[in-house]
Amino acid sequence: MKAVISLGGAVARRAKGPGIQLGAVAAGIGLSALILMTIGLSPGDSLTTLFRGAFGSHFALTQSTLKAVPLALCGLAVALPLRIRLWNIGAEGQFHLGAIAAAWVALSLPDLPTGALLPLTIAAGMAGGAAWALLAAIPRAIWGVNEIITTLLLNYVALQLLAYLLTGPLQGSQSLGFPISDVLPSGAALPRLGSSLIHAGVFFPLAAAALLIAVLRFTKWGYEVRMIGASPEAARVSGMSATKSILVTLGAGGALAGLAGTIEVTNTFGQLQQGISPGYGYMAIAIAALAGTNLVATIAVAFLFGGFVIGGLALQVLSVPQAFVLMLQGIILFCAVGGARLAAARWGRPRRKEAPSTP
Amino acid sequence: MGPAEAKGGAVHTLTTLLAAGIAAGTPLLFASLGEIVAERAGVVNLGLEGMMLLGAVTGFLVMDASGSVWPGVLAAVAAGTVAAGVHAFFAVTLRANQIISGLGVTIAGAGLAAIIGRSVVGKAPKTYFHEVRVPGLGHIPGLGTILFHHHVLVFAGYLIVPVVWWVLRGTRLGLHLRAVGENPAAADAMGVPVALYRWGAVLFGGAMAGLAGATFSLAESPGWTEGMTAGRGWIAVALVIFATWDPLRGLVGAYLFGCLDALPGWDQANQVLNLQPTLLGMIPYVATIIVLIAVTVLGLQRRLGAPQALGAPYVRGE
Repeated sequence: MKAVISLGGAVARRAKGPGIQLGAVAAGIGLSALILMTIGLSPGDSLTTLFRGAFGSHFALTQSTLKAVPLALCGLAVALPLRIRLWNIGAEGQFHLGAIAAAWVALSLPDLPTGALLPLTIAAGMAGGAAWALLAAIPRAIWGVNEIITTLLLNYVALQLLAYLLTGPLQGSQSLGFPISDVLPSGAALPRLGSSLIHAGVFFPLAAAALLIAVLRFTKWGYEVRMIGASPEAARVSGMSATKSILVTLGAGGALAGLAGTIEVTNTFGQLQQGISPGYGYMAIAIAALAGTNLVATIAVAFLFGGFVIGGLALQVLSVPQAFVLMLQGIILFCAVGGARLAAARWGRPRRKEAPSTP
Repeated sequence: MGPAEAKGGAVHTLTTLLAAGIAAGTPLLFASLGEIVAERAGVVNLGLEGMMLLGAVTGFLVMDASGSVWPGVLAAVAAGTVAAGVHAFFAVTLRANQIISGLGVTIAGAGLAAIIGRSVVGKAPKTYFHEVRVPGLGHIPGLGTILFHHHVLVFAGYLIVPVVWWVLRGTRLGLHLRAVGENPAAADAMGVPVALYRWGAVLFGGAMAGLAGATFSLAESPGWTEGMTAGRGWIAVALVIFATWDPLRGLVGAYLFGCLDALPGWDQANQVLNLQPTLLGMIPYVATIIVLIAVTVLGLQRRLGAPQALGAPYVRGE
């Protein structure tokens, strides 16, 4: 056992920066293929199907890119609060509240011209996501209530709320009793780029990351966030209040997850229904952790994971459930954590003390 | 219907709610007891939900293959323990961030459970734990139905709580375990093997989470569906804070939350509140959030009993 760990450490120490993450992705894919083998599937066939389905054709690349949009936005929703060591496990719920708010506004104002309806719909979706995140952020900021548990539990409340609305106020007139809303007015959808299936939403994660990087680097508040993230104690002693940073990072994160829900409901599905997320909010945790809160890396990892989601659909032909993708991402996360620890520490003698895990 | 009859009906309805609450609280009790032990040793385990799902699916599969429930329970406990071993390896041995490791177990565990359970989704169980009425005690009016007319795992819960309480409080093992969670450096200096105790505590937590999973798939709602624990693992994590890391208060909390959990089904059967089932379904989650806030706010006044070294990896000589 120790020999294996030492060997792993030696390999990991030679790999610098993104090398660890890339190695972790490869190792995670390999381990997942082994698990598929134990349930009687050929690892070669499965991996070929996964990658061909994800990146093997123009259509596959288009679909993977479209999936990367909500994943990247949710990834940013987790990565931003993580900058001040807050865990937003609730991107899934914020995504759904964004979808609900966007659909509600779009369905209530069908006669508005696109120029007015589209911005209103987006604003509503972002506000919905932000409000849901603030339900956890406010108790965290005032009383220090553990945000991991509250953000997570709010996911389940959001799903129940969606189920309620779809059998009540938002149930469509042509739904025939099914829990589904009316079709959203076309003016609420983002325009497509030329004749491709890609819509303008692909620019949102890039714009959001650029804006956040600029704010973090060049504003006084960004400086505070970086200080608090580096050393909460030192930041507190130097008179910085964490309250504002907690509210803004979680609130902005919620808005981004809400934007992801908005895009999915307006462009991908066209109406509000259940099952609009295959677990984007949970995948986002693995994405942000793998990217180490680096916002650009978050988008890159989101593209890879978007490919996994699409490739996972192709795998269903081999009767591998969609949940395989979730397992794959969890295992990659473990490989990355293990690799980073092995790289940072000589066996049994870490260079520096790890911060406690409890917030 | 006369007033006396109506009163009898109301008492009966309340009795069924409390009985259902005890049953629904049993998996929460198992999972939170295990988490109390792990956290007392200083390790946060956010992998409960994944471990419960793995326990639920393994228990159902083994029951389905063997045609009997007890091998299923054993397999579920083993599955939870193995998953906990992964967490212990990363959180204790590699000293990785405990939150990331726990979330990894939940994410990967949920995915793995769905994969290995794909052939039995929605399959009717060959057998499951039936309710039994304890001779004598079970015939006490009211109380007999609330406490002593359940499946066997509920009774197992009654027995495990005092044992865990006693071990933590009254034995050398428990003293060392708590020392490891409060002040690992001091425990280490006294010759207590910190890593060994933490491994043991995390594995016990996983075994209990696996048992909680089996309680779902073999007793509470016999069968397997993806994500069938529906966040109960997270409610169990919150319960530990509510219980201030005390097994006896954990018992009270688990049954209290069990009643909230049982409320939607009970109300549909008895038509008391007459709310939409989807709105009722929010109650356990919303109540947990409110209670967590209340406990935290009150906790500002007095020390909450959280182990001092909770969440901190231990490195000798630092």
